[in-house]
Amino acid sequence: MFEFIIIMLVKIAVVFGALLLTVAYLTWLERKVIGDIQVRLGPMRVGYHGLLQPIADGLKLLFKEDIIPAEADRTVYLLAPLVAIIPALISFAVIPFGSQVKILGRTIDLYITDVNIGILFIFAVASLGVYGIVLAGWSSNNKYSLLGAMRSSAQMISYELSMGLSIVGVLMMAQSLSLVQIVKAQSVVWFILLQPVGFLIYLICAVAETNRAPFDLPEAETELVAGFHVEYSSMKFALFFLAEYANIVTVSALATTLFLGGWQGPLLPPVAWFLLKVFAFIFLFVWLRATLPRFRYDQLMGFGWKVLLPVSLANILVTGLIMAWR
Amino acid sequence: MSIELPVFYFLAAITIGAALIVVLGRNIVHCAFSLVLAFFGVAGLYVLLDAEFLAAVQVLIYVGGITILLLFAIMLTSRASGPGVRILNEQLGLSALIAGGLFFLLIYALWKGIPALAIKVPTQANVPTIGRVLMTSYVLPFEVASVLLLAALVGALILARKEKD
Amino acid sequence: MITLSHYLALGAILFIIGMFGVLTRRNAIGILMSIELMLNAVNLNFVAFSRYLPPGALTGQVFAIFVITVAAAEAAVGLAIVLGLFRNFRTVNVDEINLMKW
Repeated sequence: MFEFIIIMLVKIAVVFGALLLTVAYLTWLERKVIGDIQVRLGPMRVGYHGLLQPIADGLKLLFKEDIIPAEADRTVYLLAPLVAIIPALISFAVIPFGSQVKILGRTIDLYITDVNIGILFIFAVASLGVYGIVLAGWSSNNKYSLLGAMRSSAQMISYELSMGLSIVGVLMMAQSLSLVQIVKAQSVVWFILLQPVGFLIYLICAVAETNRAPFDLPEAETELVAGFHVEYSSMKFALFFLAEYANIVTVSALATTLFLGGWQGPLLPPVAWFLLKVFAFIFLFVWLRATLPRFRYDQLMGFGWKVLLPVSLANILVTGLIMAWR
Repeated sequence: MSIELPVFYFLAAITIGAALIVVLGRNIVHCAFSLVLAFFGVAGLYVLLDAEFLAAVQVLIYVGGITILLLFAIMLTSRASGPGVRILNEQLGLSALIAGGLFFLLIYALWKGIPALAIKVPTQANVPTIGRVLMTSYVLPFEVASVLLLAALVGALILARKEKD
Repeated sequence: MITLSHYLALGAILFIIGMFGVLTRRNAIGILMSIELMLNAVNLNFVAFSRYLPPGALTGQVFAIFVITVAAAEAAVGLAIVLGLFRNFRTVNVDEINLMKW
């Protein structure tokens, strides 16, 4: 029992630390990649090729003045960043990043826990993320942030629907809701080959769910100043920033698990494969941001409800028909 | 075994406290927020009753869907009600009487009628069996529910649409 | 030792709180929230009953799923009605919406 708790704590600490480090360096990676795409250098001053830039940014944010608007709802205003970041971090509890390793004669599973309703757990937790945005926008008592929050709640509800439906095909083929079982079901062929439409819908919805370009309407700089977090400063702003990037890591890891065979792959060790696939996804996210212009609001809603939703329903129908026919 | 009872009381206290804020709270957004807390309390109780699937569904639909819709409607409609505005109507006394009466009736019935069952029956409920039952024994209610959802979707659209002059 | 009665008592309390809210809140959205509380109390009873009474825990959970479905539909239509009311009367307090009363 005692040993179990120790192993658990170490696993949680390692995953959590790695996640936070990844999130911090994601900002550096994004600036570098976008710099490259736009034929600039990106951050170069702090450390070798700007490698210490995230730390400098973090310190800068830490020492900034913490402003709370006079007319803000204080409790909710303070709570909102926490509500944003906790769901973003908690999803990683059920994502498997390797099968098993032997350390000091003990077999250790390379996931924090394997819940039999793992995928539902992730979707339930992810649906909480929108609260951080809505509460932040409402409590700031600022019309820009309120508009950003309303846009974002509408957008996230709409795209969550298609996102949930897009993975049903995968669940039907894997016949399990446990992420470990889903990965094991892909030992022969990855689900991206069997579910190409589902993967495409998932990808689009993942970009929309994380409020990234071209779906970054909640914080559209040109119209809404900065959207829901316009009044936030200092560490609270940093928490929103962290939450956004942690969400990117989470949806990438989930895509890897559901569609790209998780940790499985030849030659390299499992964890390396997992990280490779996740970072390929993250690169795609950055690439999309550098390439595509922002959607208009009515286009966004029309696309979500009139294109993605029917297509994902049709995908489920076709998958079901084929599985029944075989 | 011994840890279950404190957990139950903890979750029950959260749920009831949050429910009281929902009903009596002055700021409607705070009410919505504590409604979320109450839903979480009930989800925790589902886990205690070995219904993990239902707990996840509860969080997914109630917290992730319905309450967000409520918040959305709140932002579209209400301005913050000031300290002088009544939040409860004039039926307060009568309602309290009826609610109290019904409460005592329920507790009396509980005390008289239902034996204190303490042993859980062996359960075979998990996701595959629930899915199978939904598609076999309960397939008719399932289909009716889907028609209901479609009707609600269309109805909500028609009601919420702006009328063209 | 948690017995069935614990859950039933909790369900009763939750139901009463929700009912009180439905009867007394002036804000229509507050009434909708109270209805959700009542539905949750009912669901809790369903799940508890099926956990403690034979045969097994299936029926109650399936019923709870149907209740959640109906709750979602009810919330969508209810909020659409509230928005329609607000557009016509500029208020969501149900006791001020008395055009059809005399």
